[in-house]
Amino acid sequence: MRAVDLATASIFVLLGGVVVFDSIRIGIGWGTDGPRSGFFPFWLGVILILASVTIAVQAWRRATDKPFVTREQLAPVMKVLWPATVMVILITPLGLYVASTLYLAFYMRWVGRHGWLAVVLCSVGVPLLTFVVFELWFLVPMPKGPLEAWLGY
Amino acid sequence: MGVENLFHGFQIAITPFNLFVAVIGITLGTIIGVLPGLGGANGVAILLPLTFTMPPTSAIILLTSLYWGALFGGAITSILFNIPGEPWSVATTFDGYPLARQGQGGQALTAAFSSSFIGALFSIVLITFFAPLLAEVALRFGPPEFFAIQLLTFSSFIGLGGGDPLKSLVSIVLGFILAAVGLDIVTGQLRLTFGLVDLMKGFDFIVAVIGLFGIGEILLSVEEGLSFKGTTTGMNLRVVLDTWKTLPRYARTFVRGAFIGFWMGFKPGGATPASFMSYAFAKRFSKHPERFGKGEIEGVVAPETAAHAAGVAAMLPMITLGIPGSPTAAVMLGGLIIWGLQPGPLLFTEKPDFVWGLIASMYTGNIIGVLMVLAFVPFFAAILRIPFAILTPLIVVVCAIGSYAVHNSMVDIWYMLIFGVVGYVFKKLDYPLAPLVLALVLGDLAENALRQSLIMSQGSLSVFVTRPISGVITAVAIFFFVLPILTPWWRRMRGTALPAPGRT
Repeated sequence: MRAVDLATASIFVLLGGVVVFDSIRIGIGWGTDGPRSGFFPFWLGVILILASVTIAVQAWRRATDKPFVTREQLAPVMKVLWPATVMVILITPLGLYVASTLYLAFYMRWVGRHGWLAVVLCSVGVPLLTFVVFELWFLVPMPKGPLEAWLGY
Repeated sequence: MGVENLFHGFQIAITPFNLFVAVIGITLGTIIGVLPGLGGANGVAILLPLTFTMPPTSAIILLTSLYWGALFGGAITSILFNIPGEPWSVATTFDGYPLARQGQGGQALTAAFSSSFIGALFSIVLITFFAPLLAEVALRFGPPEFFAIQLLTFSSFIGLGGGDPLKSLVSIVLGFILAAVGLDIVTGQLRLTFGLVDLMKGFDFIVAVIGLFGIGEILLSVEEGLSFKGTTTGMNLRVVLDTWKTLPRYARTFVRGAFIGFWMGFKPGGATPASFMSYAFAKRFSKHPERFGKGEIEGVVAPETAAHAAGVAAMLPMITLGIPGSPTAAVMLGGLIIWGLQPGPLLFTEKPDFVWGLIASMYTGNIIGVLMVLAFVPFFAAILRIPFAILTPLIVVVCAIGSYAVHNSMVDIWYMLIFGVVGYVFKKLDYPLAPLVLALVLGDLAENALRQSLIMSQGSLSVFVTRPISGVITAVAIFFFVLPILTPWWRRMRGTALPAPGRT
């Protein structure tokens, strides 16, 4: 817990530094017509650095407590996270509907160990339903791939 | 004048289409409230793109109804499954779940829904009368007053939000920084983009809401190894009527809860502390405080009344000042801007149809809502029996669709994933998420108000304290900012360590 707390606080300090740096570049003072673009972000960056340093000091002083995440906790989290990332990568070549079909099917089979019938019904049915709702009813376009192009959408 | 306007509003709210929209909204909202990982703010964010083509009044009715549904839905999972669907339902689990375990789930649910409804109604009546007055006062506000209110908004997260005030501050500042990324609309200068094209359009708060609350929440809930050990609902008409007969006994709890809820709720981040405060008060004034936590109906009534009153009260600053009182109200505010409305006090004079239609729909929406949840509890509870391996990827897909639909932009889906991981880490480290979202929404408004105020005063900060209205608001804001420093000092002065009120 303490290590992660320190790490995030350090990232915030760095981020604050970047913000302050970029704000000084575009000007933090008074322009011809009022405060310049960097004025507001500059002070935000300063507050971020000060607050994060204090948080880091407090975390440093605290005795080590419960771990941030245990191995048993992290496993299911990663099981959600990496297939989701793969799905997002696949959206660009395949389109959202096909990518989500694959994702749903994979997750249901791999984690849920559902029967193939349920897997196929859910993973095809859900994207089909979203297609009807979004593309046909509300005319909100989603990223589409070769399958949709082949079907004429 | 108020009554005629309200009557006019009802004529808009009870057209068949708008009633239909309200029913759809409440159904979806209750489902969203029941599902882990989806909450009011998220649900509204995901559905927002679908409202772009609707008339604004119907659109806001859909989104507010969704919100009422989510508020009701939170109680179902708290009582039957001991899983608070929303943070403000945590206090409901204390007595709700023990009641359900004792086979009194039906009574607990009836009490929860009825108290939610009464709390909501109380706030709506107050909104009906106070909103026009507040809007009239707000019409005289200049940039310094608006900036002072923003200051008050964020100071109340620090002073009243509970948790670590420094972490709240970091969360606020991060939100403002994210809002500053991209084009500076005043000078036309690019800020914090570092030459990257994807950063030029900035971060959309809707995507942030979906990622932080949706994906982040899913990651947190799978970590616990989701397993729903539900009890049966045991709801029927007889139980409902019998429970209603006992409710007048808790009249005082209702009034207290509603007042706490309204008072906390129209300031940001209010619903959760309001529910805990109301619970604590009910316990303190009860003749049988020892029964609390073991299955006391009053322990369900108190937090539910306050939470729902607070949830409704969060709409008041949104429609009168253009400053949302909760993340959900923040998303709706974003909706107003997308529908081409200018949020703020001018809405009352320029778009009376919209405002009064909205206020009237709060009455109709909550009446429809309480009847629907009472009638269909078993159906909504059954949603949690959907296997978790289907629910999890489904929610991820829905979140991805919602993020993409905002700007038809692929990079937003990536932002959603990143915000999801950030939300997960923040939740674990106790960085509050609501201030970040609110700061992201209000970033440009706050910055403009600050700059215009400084232009008015030739760069002197005294403009915030010399004008009477902004002076008072700024003083209260500063008080809230230093409250976390004052409280321990005050306790030492008193010589005794007072037990802190239960807050999260």
